[in-house]
Amino acid sequence: MLLYALRRLIYLVPVAFGVSLLVFALVHLAPGDPISAIVPPDAPQEVVDKLKEYYGFDKPLPVQYLRWLAVTLTGDFGTSIGTGRPVATEVASAFGNTIILAISATTLAFSLAIFLGTAAAYAKTRIVDRLVTLISLVGVSVPHFWLAIVLVIIFSVELGMLPPMGLGPENATGWRLDWPHIQHMILPTIALSVIPLGVMTRTVRATIKDILNAEFVTALQAKGMNDRQILFHVLKNAAPTCLAVMGLQAGNLIGGSILIETVFAWPGTGFLLNSAIFRRDLPILQGTTLVLAFFFMMLNLTVDVIQTMVDPRIKRG
Amino acid sequence: MSALLEVRDLDVTFMTPDRTVHAVNGVSFDVKRGETLGILGESGSGKSVTLRSILRLHPEHRTRWSGSIKLEGVEILTMDRRTLNDLRGQKIAMIFQEPATAFDPVFTIGHQIAETVRRHTGKSESDALKRARELLEMVRIPSPAQRLKAYPHEMSGGMRQRAMIALALSCNPSLLLADEPTTALDATVQIQVLLLIRELQRELDLGVIFVTHDIGVAVEVSDRIGVMYAGKLVELASVEQMVDAPRHPYSRGLLASTVQGSMRGQRLEAIPGAPPDLGEVPTACSFAPRCKFAEPQCVSAPPTLGSVGDSHLVRCVRAEAPA
Ligand SMILES: Nc1ncnc2c1ncn2[C@@H]1O[C@H](COP(=O)(O)OP(=O)(O)O)[C@@H](O)[C@H]1O
Ligand SMILES: [Mg+2]
Repeated sequence: MLLYALRRLIYLVPVAFGVSLLVFALVHLAPGDPISAIVPPDAPQEVVDKLKEYYGFDKPLPVQYLRWLAVTLTGDFGTSIGTGRPVATEVASAFGNTIILAISATTLAFSLAIFLGTAAAYAKTRIVDRLVTLISLVGVSVPHFWLAIVLVIIFSVELGMLPPMGLGPENATGWRLDWPHIQHMILPTIALSVIPLGVMTRTVRATIKDILNAEFVTALQAKGMNDRQILFHVLKNAAPTCLAVMGLQAGNLIGGSILIETVFAWPGTGFLLNSAIFRRDLPILQGTTLVLAFFFMMLNLTVDVIQTMVDPRIKRG
Repeated sequence: MSALLEVRDLDVTFMTPDRTVHAVNGVSFDVKRGETLGILGESGSGKSVTLRSILRLHPEHRTRWSGSIKLEGVEILTMDRRTLNDLRGQKIAMIFQEPATAFDPVFTIGHQIAETVRRHTGKSESDALKRARELLEMVRIPSPAQRLKAYPHEMSGGMRQRAMIALALSCNPSLLLADEPTTALDATVQIQVLLLIRELQRELDLGVIFVTHDIGVAVEVSDRIGVMYAGKLVELASVEQMVDAPRHPYSRGLLASTVQGSMRGQRLEAIPGAPPDLGEVPTACSFAPRCKFAEPQCVSAPPTLGSVGDSHLVRCVRAEAPA
């Protein structure tokens, strides 16, 4: 098992290089000149050239890539064009904020999905099953940024119950576990959790329904196991499939929360990416995308390893 | 001596959203301690449904049943859930057609046997595993200590079925229900497993109900054979009576078809025609459309089960007619 994880880690090295090349290429192939975004339109040409030289944009692209790769490997992601602060610092704090939101959204979505999906699969009356299917359908079809705006209108504007934006009180410096901060998390968490809730509920329901039809469930009943004991067997059988989908969904939450973070002005990677795109802040774009890509790779690896641990039929050595 | 198991007038009806299936229509039989009753019939004749009724393994909300099933005088069909769960696996155990799917794929064989032992005896984990090891030895699985740690997919079909037998016998049941336990196995392995069941049955004085569609297998393992057709027992007799003088046209057809050629492995398809639809309660002899002896009275009312000699029962208006 450990060997398998290690080997997978080593395989990640060439993949990581490919990813870095891709990230660099995408960012640089996009139209627009990063320098013109930060200097006034009437700035003298020398100043522009100086800035280009300072940030290294005057070199040919392959040289730029190798230079970027070299410094990145030392853990230095460069300096933000927009704020002048180190990219590493900016990305780290944004990533932390995104993770916090993602954890609360996945916890909400997955626990609710496991409950609803299992209930629907076990449901003896059609109403329960239909209701849960409806919930999951709504979950996957409602545009989550629209839901975000609706939530803000209802709970912030109309009822004034919850703050509409930011990660905490005005002069807060970072996220902390206290009531004002949690209040700020509630709406974005709900908005972010609808899609994974819908997808996971569907997956859990279908997987468990399938397993309940398996002969071994009858065999378990035939040897006198009670419903709780059988549920344990069923859940362990459902785990590998559900984990795989959960991994994908969790990954989507990290990368795909740009809209939600923008609506709620949540200072995470999505928010950072959004502003970096408008400012053509290439170092930030590169740094954030790279960190997200690495996170994806690690997440996939983790899911694979856990799956292998849960399901003895998966042979990976 | 009174019977170990008494089944009386068992009716089982499934209500699925789109149709009703009268799977079992008035089945009665007894099983004595230490006796093997073979239930023989074509696919779809209601053998599995009859067998599963004994442990009430049907989907509860869409199954209607009536009649009576008594184990040592205790009614099973009206028993409460807890008592039923205590009885399942302890007094009555079951082995399945597909050992590959009857084990949970994500737990070891040892865990699944030990789990059963713990469920019914309250033994500790390690004692239960010790018992599981003894059981694997009893069904002659080589290197049992290692096999305890094996997952179902790591064993051959024959070994899995042996392990399933070990699991079934783990709590010393008095009745073993076997639903085509050798059908999914290769011919040579099939014989070994049959012999093992036979031997254990004698050693442990088990009552066994052995369901099969294979005449050769039924003749080999059974003391008595019940022939099922369209949810009814059409004939019930000792193996000798059944082989020497079957009385129901259906049984005769089955057995005649095996006289030439080898018996084992023979499928019950030698009689032309197909079994009836089970959507309605039968109002005539279900076999009449396929029967070459059919008479007007066969379709006027369903025939009753009549005795034609020493515990030899036949459901046919022509039962008295010479063979
Ligand atoms: N749970 C169920 N719901 C609906 N119909 C069923 C169910 N189980 C069995 N049947 C039907 O009952 C009939 C008898 O099935 P079965 O006892 O499995 O036949 P076999 O003799 O091959 O074991 C078949 O027509 C089958 O489709
Ligand atoms: Mg069957």
